Amino acid sequence: MEPQSAPLRLIMELRPEATLLRQRRRRCESTASVPQFTNSPTMIVMVGLPARGKTYISKKLTRYLNWIGVTTKVFNVGQYRRDATKTYNSFEFFRPDNSEAMKIRRACAISALKDVCEYFTRGMGQVAVFDATNTTPDRRDLIFSFAKENGYKVFFVESICDDPEIIEENIKQVKLSSPDYVDCDKEEAVEDFLKRIECYKQNYVPLDDHKDRSLSYIKIFNVGSRYLVNCVQDHIQSRIVYYLMNIHVTPRSIYLSRHGESELNLQGRIGGDSGLSQRGNKYAHALGQYMSGQNIKDLKVWTSHMKRTIQTAEALGVAYEQWKALNEIDAGVCEEMTYEAIQEHHPEEFALRDQDKYRYRYPKGESYEDLVHRLEPVIMELERQENVLVICHQAVMRCLLAYFLDKSAHELPYLKCPLHTVLKLTPVAYGCKVESIYLNIEAVNTHRERPENVEVDRDPEEALETVPDHV
Amino acid sequence: MSSKHVSLTQTPLEKTWVPWMKNRLSKRRGSSVPQFTNSPTMIVMVGLPARGKTYISKKLTRYLNWIGVTTKVFNVGQYRRDATKTYNSFEFFRPDNSEAMKIRRACAISALKDVCEYFTRGMGQVAVFDATNTTPDRRDLIFSFAKENGYKVFFVESICDDPEIIEENIKQVKLSSPDYVDCDKEEAVEDFLKRIECYKQNYVPLDDHKDRSLSYIKIFNVGSRYLVNCVQDHIQSRIVYYLMNIHVTPRSIYLSRHGESELNLQGRIGGDSGLSQRGNKYAHALGQYMSGQNIKDLKVWTSHMKRTIQTAEALGVAYEQWKALNEIDAGVCEEMTYEAIQEHHPEEFALRDQDKYRYRYPKGESYEDLVHRLEPVIMELERQENVLVICHQAVMRCLLAYFLDKSAHELPYLKCPLHTVLKLTPVAYGCKVESIYLNIEAVNTHRERPENVEVDRDPEEALETVPDHV
Repeated sequence: MEPQSAPLRLIMELRPEATLLRQRRRRCESTASVPQFTNSPTMIVMVGLPARGKTYISKKLTRYLNWIGVTTKVFNVGQYRRDATKTYNSFEFFRPDNSEAMKIRRACAISALKDVCEYFTRGMGQVAVFDATNTTPDRRDLIFSFAKENGYKVFFVESICDDPEIIEENIKQVKLSSPDYVDCDKEEAVEDFLKRIECYKQNYVPLDDHKDRSLSYIKIFNVGSRYLVNCVQDHIQSRIVYYLMNIHVTPRSIYLSRHGESELNLQGRIGGDSGLSQRGNKYAHALGQYMSGQNIKDLKVWTSHMKRTIQTAEALGVAYEQWKALNEIDAGVCEEMTYEAIQEHHPEEFALRDQDKYRYRYPKGESYEDLVHRLEPVIMELERQENVLVICHQAVMRCLLAYFLDKSAHELPYLKCPLHTVLKLTPVAYGCKVESIYLNIEAVNTHRERPENVEVDRDPEEALETVPDHV
Repeated sequence: MSSKHVSLTQTPLEKTWVPWMKNRLSKRRGSSVPQFTNSPTMIVMVGLPARGKTYISKKLTRYLNWIGVTTKVFNVGQYRRDATKTYNSFEFFRPDNSEAMKIRRACAISALKDVCEYFTRGMGQVAVFDATNTTPDRRDLIFSFAKENGYKVFFVESICDDPEIIEENIKQVKLSSPDYVDCDKEEAVEDFLKRIECYKQNYVPLDDHKDRSLSYIKIFNVGSRYLVNCVQDHIQSRIVYYLMNIHVTPRSIYLSRHGESELNLQGRIGGDSGLSQRGNKYAHALGQYMSGQNIKDLKVWTSHMKRTIQTAEALGVAYEQWKALNEIDAGVCEEMTYEAIQEHHPEEFALRDQDKYRYRYPKGESYEDLVHRLEPVIMELERQENVLVICHQAVMRCLLAYFLDKSAHELPYLKCPLHTVLKLTPVAYGCKVESIYLNIEAVNTHRERPENVEVDRDPEEALETVPDHV
């Protein structure tokens, strides 16, 4: 059989009309650079007393999975409870002998499970994180049976912590600001919450070494000093375990910066491997001063393998590590071209890129989607590390930023990462605080917004209307 | 404030940017991924005999060396064999045999000395201490030794009480051990089981409470369950991830290149061409061969390049595409013949012959880069069972080097001819390889290292090993 070039080309270089043809003769599931390896939908079921970090883990894990391309959503049963009861009075609601409340709580769990089902069928979700205490075998059996009936895999994540300091810190960070305690005196809120925990403790049965030996789960002890992993079933569970074992909660900051302005930046050219311009060199030294001023013990500095990031790091006068994975997106045949030249020589490609900037792959080059996959080990190591300064490139920085700030694939390629600006990211509560520090050294703008007209038949002026100025 | 421009130069072989001045602040030069190994690390195995300690030691060592972390196994049993010359019976291992105890302790200490030597003069980064280490005393000895020398310690304990697994282990690796050469099978098994009993008497597993500040992983029943305690750093995290992904279920991995391509015929490297007529024939022959293997649930993987996809399409089954399986990027030399490379880039051509593993094409990749991009593929291959990987010459060399424990030096010269399937089946401590040529002619694409690798060599010397082409 002579393979037809059209469908193959369509599979390899993603074009919009490919979807139709792919459905007709699809032997290859995905054009993502890494196979997805998710077949059955998976439910991740959190287990643990209140203030053990379940919601923190749920949100962080969800953010990570979505970033690597696994559609994931959190279903927080506490939120269902708030919607059902309207106002929170006191811990009495959670007393195990409060049968009225028990009915409401069970109904909330079931309602959340129904939404999980909807998410998997119509929402095209791949992973659902069921965020609730799930502290009794009964409740866990309910969830497990539901999952089995529907053909979903189940992976439990149990967080066990008996360190009163950690629990108190958790309560301060995320409980006091909860909708349950708005307009509440701090001390009273803490006291009520501790009593709430006691209500759960009475009937808490952790996952059992023997009885639950055929379930798939990870038990996390004391924020990660110790893990018990049982019956990992597949690839995605293995990745989840690896991720959970690498994250930590030690306070730290991550600094993201691009290299100083480069010679090619000045000319409005993309890619290449040029050195710093005069202003870029000034920035490198300013960056060094700024980082000294931050007074960080044990700062790690990472660069790519490209001249401009290394020159920037050299000006800092400290040791740095080079990662090839931090190299700028490979623009293939468009390397070192201006946008004007791309429009002239590859107008169709230029339009396709504007249509779907995340998935668009330069001929003989890469896509943002490819970038994310190559950056995954960098993210994993960033999670392990403490204070790190990453000196990288525009597209790379957008990908890293999207991970930390939970930006969608749609927003990611348009995140603003201007030259000569440091972004300081500090984890706080369930998210990340961002501070943007412009070091006051002029540089060209390299940010091209999506133009209005993205059709292949558009005029050159329409294509080039958002190109920033350059020499 | 000095704002002088930092002057950089690119190393000729790896194309890494380094400062002109002596003051080199970057720790790692060429590797695409930072090594993150500072202190040397000792991985200390723990467990009764026939629990898979040597299997894990060897496999882990193979993996670490492949990803560029210099690792070596120190098998104390081997030291014991060298010290005692002949093995008589399990009586040697009786806990009340004080003569033997002295010898065994001396062997452990001798092995520790060699570990020290390996870390200091051998430039090793990880040493795997393969012994039973079943008593707290022995583990304390090792731990103190490590602490004194500034080595990190990570314990790997294998716990198994399934008699079927233990019996299978004994059959696979103990019966063929030097201890039981010239021994009747049944007698050997009986003696070995008694040997295990000797150890059981004093076996104290790592303790949840007493050993809570040690770094370790406990593996239960060949991986259904793991207990991980106090992972200290990057390399321990990677080791844990690897150990949690390997399995011992029998299976085979099939490696093949795409069918012969149009560019292959012309002696050109790289590119993204389609199959030649013969290449297409191979694709169909491959389909027939794989059907004949009668594998339930075979997974088929290709790269994102036309020639591997065309090959897979002829199989008529579902397949997954991995960008990581794409052929090595030859940068400015893409789609050139070796003759053209010699003509236009004679210096690059010579540098490549000098160190083919680390050499990076200008604007391209090195074999070293390839290994790093293939690591997730290897990890997933470990998780999977029966897989057929349709890839490319350099990629296949890297994968093969992993399975057959070939050094960085040998890797770029491994023979991976077109139209030949390599069937790899794990057996005992290694991998059995079967090479199946599907009897469809193809060009030879294997270029041996020439005699003269100097930059000033003549073109004929450079081109003497180039295989024939159109």
